[in-house]
Amino acid sequence: MHRRKKILSTVIIALVSLIISCGQQADQNEILIGEYSSLTGTTATYGLSTHRGLMMAVDETNNAGGILGKKIKLLTEDTQSKPEEAATAVTKLISRDRVVGVIGEVSSSRSLAAAPICQANKIPMITNASTNPEVTKKGDYIFRVCFIDPFQGEIMAKFTFNSLGLKRAAILKDIKNDYSIGLAQFFEESFKSLGGEIVATQAYSEGDADFKAQLTALKAANPEAVIVPGYYTEAALIVKQARELNMNMPFVGGDGWDSGKLIEIGGESMNNSYFSTAFSSDDPDPVVQNFAQKYHQLYGEKPDALAALGYDAGLIMFDAIKRAGVTESSKLRDAIAATKNFRGVTGLITIDQHRNALKPIVILAVENGKLVYKETVQP
Amino acid sequence: MKCHLPKLYLLLSLILCGIILIFEKNISPYYYQVIVYIGINIILASSLNIINGFAGQFSLGHAGFMAAGAYTSAVITSSMHISPGSLASYPAFLFSLICAGIIASLFGLMVGIPSLRLKGDYLAITTLGFGEIIRVIIQNLDFLGAARGFTGIAKLSDFFWVFGIISILIFLVYNLINSTYGKGFLAVRDDEIAASAVGIDVTRYKVIAFVFGAFFAGIAGGLYAHFVTYINPSQFGFLRSFEIVVMVVVGGMGNIIGVIISAAILTILPEALRSIAQYRMVIYALLLVIIMLLREGEFLGGRFNIKRLWKKSPAET
Repeated sequence: MHRRKKILSTVIIALVSLIISCGQQADQNEILIGEYSSLTGTTATYGLSTHRGLMMAVDETNNAGGILGKKIKLLTEDTQSKPEEAATAVTKLISRDRVVGVIGEVSSSRSLAAAPICQANKIPMITNASTNPEVTKKGDYIFRVCFIDPFQGEIMAKFTFNSLGLKRAAILKDIKNDYSIGLAQFFEESFKSLGGEIVATQAYSEGDADFKAQLTALKAANPEAVIVPGYYTEAALIVKQARELNMNMPFVGGDGWDSGKLIEIGGESMNNSYFSTAFSSDDPDPVVQNFAQKYHQLYGEKPDALAALGYDAGLIMFDAIKRAGVTESSKLRDAIAATKNFRGVTGLITIDQHRNALKPIVILAVENGKLVYKETVQP
Repeated sequence: MKCHLPKLYLLLSLILCGIILIFEKNISPYYYQVIVYIGINIILASSLNIINGFAGQFSLGHAGFMAAGAYTSAVITSSMHISPGSLASYPAFLFSLICAGIIASLFGLMVGIPSLRLKGDYLAITTLGFGEIIRVIIQNLDFLGAARGFTGIAKLSDFFWVFGIISILIFLVYNLINSTYGKGFLAVRDDEIAASAVGIDVTRYKVIAFVFGAFFAGIAGGLYAHFVTYINPSQFGFLRSFEIVVMVVVGGMGNIIGVIISAAILTILPEALRSIAQYRMVIYALLLVIIMLLREGEFLGGRFNIKRLWKKSPAET
């Protein structure tokens, strides 16, 4: 009885002191920026990429002398890929650490949970890769550096209709995934308004491995192109199995396809497929090449689009602080909103009146088992 | 005189909630957030404790009941356009929570009925499947936002709501356990055949446990939805159910106080470990293993014994 109480009270005291001790002391010579990111959990790879990109932006800025004569200190909180954890992480960053700006998250579901908190506290938040239009509608302190689903859907539709010249498209979407559903919907809307026709729609679920049933149904409708607005693992399997069914039409995807794994899984069968993305590390632009090289030196791999977006989100935040001259939240907000033609690694970025990024979109094609830069579409 | 004691406690704890409400603004928002999560987890764990701990029906579908409640209340308050802080918001929120509980308990009834025939592992798998069914149905309903999630929920949950409901829940659980029903639950848990031999309606007790547990899981879901203000089917996956089961097991099956404390500790733990970033879930899991090894019997009901770490269990010697 006695010992039990002793151990229990020790545990509780240890926990309480741990919580109290982990508060950060604000330094006069530092500017605190908060980041919440999915470092663990189901989407840990995305969170890690954006985190690395952002770390690079912070280090580069600090090595160049910081901003306003101060160093940037990045405080990173893990969200475990859970929305409620994102809300807690952001609350902690704002109320305990008193950060001047918040950067994150990849997933729209986490950004949607955290954005109202940033808005209520009037702390500017820049999301690096949340493409759901709802996120920036949460208030005038919420911004993004990636393009939104309607824009990407429109570009994919225009590319399929105009550049490829195909009029009959079929859609195969991931029913479990908010991003895939959104993209499919916006593609369908703009493709129809261009005069195209959606001949069939089929669905699959993330984690599926066999798509023959859906593909056979699509084949029966005889489409000229198949749109797969999902992630690379399933997309690669889908294209592979489609080729086995003698479906040789072009397959078109969105930025969810953007991974080295796409060709690793799909191999030669990925030929004659296209996808849109924010960034290509093969883009000959010197800014991109410089970034890709540095990233490779630091982390030993090629940067993906998420790393580039994480990097750009950081740079836009720092640039806005520099232009505002102070870290006061309303001035900082105005400075971010006034971002115009900012040269990021994902192209020239302008923040529009809805706090979304207007930026070019890159179309990549797979030819002979290699990613080939196809074209850049300006907004 | 003795039977008035629980009522007195209920009154006292409700008054205490009211008093703390006055100081609500002075609590750091971060602590406030964590405290409310603790409260929601206490409701979830305590309600699961009725099913798993007292009635002995191993259920893995609690997150499904929570999802049913979360979506029900979110749809109700959103369709009424309730703004937080207005006088009308209190009865409206109460109404939505009660509906959340009722819908969730209907699902509980639906799980309870097949559970009449199944036991142990088989029941666990059935409930797991059921929880997933609820989630997948929501994922395919477009008016609930499907996989995109349900956004724009008013922030109506606060300290008073969460802890007020805990007070009522614990009061009800305490009374239930000390009633004929409670004895019936324990009899069903300990030996079903013996229980039915002495004339206990095993079926009825199991169904009551599921309905009661699901009711409060639904309310917890409603509180959660109106606190986070955004819900998504992926938040109610089976991992969530496991988290709640862990809270019950660590606290001790059928131990009311133990489960409350373990829910609190297991919510604080990941927060306390924030400073070690991505490794914290490793440490969290490690601490869970240590807690399970150290405890004897129940977490609080039993004893801690460091020696158990290297001593063989009696069964092996």
